[in-house]
Amino acid sequence: MPAIQSPATEEVHPDVALVARAKEGDTAAFEQLVRQYERQIFRVAQHITQNREDAEDITQDAFLKAYEKLEQFQGNSKFSTWLVRIAVNESLMRLRKRKTSKTVSMDEDVQTDEGSIPRDFAEWRPNPEQQYNQAELAEILRKTIQGLPPGFRTVFTLRDVENLSTEETAEALGLSVPAVKSRLLRARLQLRERLSRYFRQKQEGQPA
Amino acid sequence: MNCTDLLSHLSDYFDDQLTIELREEISEHTAGCQHCRVVLNTTHQTIEVYKGNEIYEVSPGLRERLHSAIMAKCLAVKKQA
Repeated sequence: MPAIQSPATEEVHPDVALVARAKEGDTAAFEQLVRQYERQIFRVAQHITQNREDAEDITQDAFLKAYEKLEQFQGNSKFSTWLVRIAVNESLMRLRKRKTSKTVSMDEDVQTDEGSIPRDFAEWRPNPEQQYNQAELAEILRKTIQGLPPGFRTVFTLRDVENLSTEETAEALGLSVPAVKSRLLRARLQLRERLSRYFRQKQEGQPA
Repeated sequence: MNCTDLLSHLSDYFDDQLTIELREEISEHTAGCQHCRVVLNTTHQTIEVYKGNEIYEVSPGLRERLHSAIMAKCLAVKKQA
């Protein structure tokens, strides 16, 4: 069996064989890749667009595009990173269509320093999980991440929610590693600041 | 190390990208600076709370629907080819 190995990776990722089979027309192999990544792609799309129907459409379109362009996938990156890149592009396109007045782009450098300089210095006690039940907590986390600019939200989602490496995130977004790091820091700090409103330790005498 | 330096190293700190020397400098600074200690702790909690809670649940029903739709689209393209 031909081994398609990227020169950059020493260990061959199991996806490589599946992709090779899919390229030869093996639909079952492609279906296995779909099963492996459909939830992740859906989550990424939903995080970026904040819209469930859009996320469903984007997930379908991203896999269809991947299927159609499979021949062009050279294996220089992981298949999953390539797939995420397609889904991110589809998601940003969808956002642009929705917000006609506002540009949405990963290149757009968000100039504001809002939230990048910490202002809230209260500990979170008790832990968020002890303060809220699961449904309430999920609602707070959703509302909070929704308030971030799309460029920050996307970097945070790939890096901290989906656990892509900094390099993979850079590749998926077409950004440099320093640009990813800078956005990630600001995203983390802004989220921290916003979450502090919910999770900060209540001062004595202050109603909970 | 001052507070601004600490902030600039914060992401690398969580991503385990710092030298031992820098990590020690951070520990020393946070031992004496309550604000930075809180920022470090609560930023860590921010990352962990998002990692630990799936905020967009994909129910089995939704997953099945998505999966069928994806495969139907791909197979339709294959047929045309």
